[in-house]
Amino acid sequence: MCLAVPGKVVSIDHQADPLTGLIDFGGVRKQACLEYLPDVRVGEYVIVHVGFALQRLDEESARASLELFDQLGLLEEEFGDAWEQAARQEKESEVR
Amino acid sequence: MADLATPDTAVDPANWTCPAPLRDQPVVVMGHGGGGALSAELVEQVFAPAYGNPTLAALTDSAVLELGGARLAFSTDSYVVRPLFFPGGCLGDLAVNGTVNDLAMSGARPAYLSTAFVLEEGVELAVVGRIARAIGAAAQAAGVTVATGDTKVVECGHGDGVYVTTAGVGLVPDGVDIRPQRARPGDAVIVSGPIGLHGVAVMSVREGLEFGVEITSDTAPLAGLVAAVLEVTKDVHVLRDPTRGGLGASLNEIARASGTGVRLRDRAIPVPDEVANACGFLGLDPLYVANEGRLVAFVPPEHAEAVLAAMHAHPQGVGAALIGECVADHPGMVVVATGLGGTRVVDLPLGEQLPRIC
Amino acid sequence: MKYIEEFNDPERAGRLLDEIRATVTRPWALMEVCGGQTHSIIRHGIDQLLPEEVELIHGPGCPVCVTPLEVIDKALEIAARPGVVFCSFGDMLRVPGTDRDLFRVKGEGGDVRVVYSPLDALDLARRNPDRQVVFFAIGFETTAPANAMAVHQARRLGLDNFSLLVSHVRVPPAIEAIMAAPGCRVQGFLAAGHVCSVMGTAEYPDLAEKHRVPVVVTGFEPLDILEGVRRAVHQLERGEHRVENAYPRAVREEGNPAALGMIEEVFEVTDRNWRGIGRIPASGWRLNDAFRAYDAEHRFDVSGIRTEEPAVCRAGEVLQGLIKPTECEAFGTACTPRTPLGATMVSSEGACAAYYLYRRMNAPAPRGSRVPQEEMNPVG
Repeated sequence: MCLAVPGKVVSIDHQADPLTGLIDFGGVRKQACLEYLPDVRVGEYVIVHVGFALQRLDEESARASLELFDQLGLLEEEFGDAWEQAARQEKESEVR
Repeated sequence: MADLATPDTAVDPANWTCPAPLRDQPVVVMGHGGGGALSAELVEQVFAPAYGNPTLAALTDSAVLELGGARLAFSTDSYVVRPLFFPGGCLGDLAVNGTVNDLAMSGARPAYLSTAFVLEEGVELAVVGRIARAIGAAAQAAGVTVATGDTKVVECGHGDGVYVTTAGVGLVPDGVDIRPQRARPGDAVIVSGPIGLHGVAVMSVREGLEFGVEITSDTAPLAGLVAAVLEVTKDVHVLRDPTRGGLGASLNEIARASGTGVRLRDRAIPVPDEVANACGFLGLDPLYVANEGRLVAFVPPEHAEAVLAAMHAHPQGVGAALIGECVADHPGMVVVATGLGGTRVVDLPLGEQLPRIC
Repeated sequence: MKYIEEFNDPERAGRLLDEIRATVTRPWALMEVCGGQTHSIIRHGIDQLLPEEVELIHGPGCPVCVTPLEVIDKALEIAARPGVVFCSFGDMLRVPGTDRDLFRVKGEGGDVRVVYSPLDALDLARRNPDRQVVFFAIGFETTAPANAMAVHQARRLGLDNFSLLVSHVRVPPAIEAIMAAPGCRVQGFLAAGHVCSVMGTAEYPDLAEKHRVPVVVTGFEPLDILEGVRRAVHQLERGEHRVENAYPRAVREEGNPAALGMIEEVFEVTDRNWRGIGRIPASGWRLNDAFRAYDAEHRFDVSGIRTEEPAVCRAGEVLQGLIKPTECEAFGTACTPRTPLGATMVSSEGACAAYYLYRRMNAPAPRGSRVPQEEMNPVG
């Protein structure tokens, strides 16, 4: 369900009813209804589904997720290969 | 060709193919003109049996005929597009380039075109004039002569403004034998440039779908590019211009006609950002979006590099890329290796692609 | 596109996969609820990359596919009437009713139009006051605010020629039904991220607690799905069953209050049939009394249309992972992607349709159907 994509608010038409804004999806621009995010500002990212902005995209959370994924790798490098680690744990549990 | 008429049976282990689908659709639906499975079935089940001759049965973009000692490529196509004018071109450009390209896909040098107009009562003459001038300019650019033509008018409400049908002939050089049946395992699969531009440009101005995007249709004549490739080698196996149904439909047709499989690398396929992003929010697959100035070539692997270089040196092939290869496995199927290391099947689309919500 | 490309990064995907492989010690069956997630899984071949132990069961979350036959028959009847402009999301057009689809109605002269947004249909009503404009309002919670806004605006503008044919469905009752079914194999859920963008996550802790299953709110890009799987597996391996938000960039705990308010104003909860699954209590929305006048079922009096789902279709069992599609008698014979009987064959990402395609490739079908990597990647 629910194809929704992130886009950047380029402009807001405060006269429009319902509240409408122009959203940029990486070079593709389309009007979307902003009535459900009445305090959204130009420059913010929103998630758009069938012509409606449904939620703000929280850029801080996006960065945090990506950093978490990067750390997964770093942890691995720090503690050695994940496979070996798993094998080690398995052996330990067998010993017990 | 038998292997074309029964596309699903080649890899059917348990006898459970689709039943003859035209029974499902006793009336013509839009998908019959979409360049996918429904279009193919219309030809295979209605036209081919009715006309019954080996030339037509080859089901190539253009027929290659022996006539008076010459090998003649012959093709016809009707052009309907809404709106009539779109970013990068109009109905007139498509009507010339489409037929020129169908001829070029046999390796032919296009020479003469005919044009037939069906005009709807009430259409402004200025519109007809713009389309006619576009046809003149496109013909000149492609190096073909419009040798004959016809005009009919239908009552208001019985046509969509302007329809144009063109037919064309050209000469096939000696030693050239290009058709979908000749694809061989090992062939390199090369596309001549970025895909999806025409389809997205037209969609961007279609009523009810309008979106802003700074790309234009790729409509262009490809005969020059084909000639440049044939300079490198005459042993080109297959050429196809992926129009309706896009690259996905063309590759499926080639795979089925030749009984080979096609493997692509997702990340090697040139998809412009705007095309990817427009497809992203509409839920479309760029592989099924129409092109009007691209070709896909199957060439023996030893010629791949030289063919690519020749394309890169030609204005219509600057963005050419090696996107995959022809294989003996999974005959009749197109499989893509995804960027993450998985695989997916690219099936023949049924009809035209529609925006989806899920 | 920003916030899409980063979440498609193969290197990070590799790290997430390594982490999942390092965590998993035994088989787990996870259900991704949403059709959009299934689409992404198939498109990127994610199911082939996961360790053998992790099985993904494709859930019922494609609103197009689960729209009951009866409602589609009603849509076909309304769309064929003179004076009606019938508007729909594109993917609804080729979903077959009992004996035809919307394409066919269009081919036979019906005015059927594809729109991108329900507001486009509203606009058509405004510009064509002499026509009855009907919008096929299907969808999950994600689409409900859009459809609610369209009918709300219609009433405000006094557009009496606009109506909705409503077939809205809700995710939590479907999860409840799947978990309550005998023999249910699902051990954890990847909840539908965009549903939660609207609804928030408040509906899930009770479900997780009652059925002792992890519920991980999951996004749609490959890294989002891998992160959802990673967190679900992590919980399962530790014997936990919490609600986690693995899609925080688009989901807040409270959802979207303005959208929830509009849903509340326009819709009320109702029982709903799911194609190929059956009736699920309280699993849908319909227009409430205040908006009844805009209900196309009443305006066009199609309440007499009653259609039974085909008995031979076993989509419900497939959806729950109880049987493989090939175990259904109709698979590949009466039921093909061209002539689908149930939800799982209608959508190209449905479990049955995916099996159909993979069988054509002469490979065992998805999950069970994995294509050997070394064989499939020589192009790379």
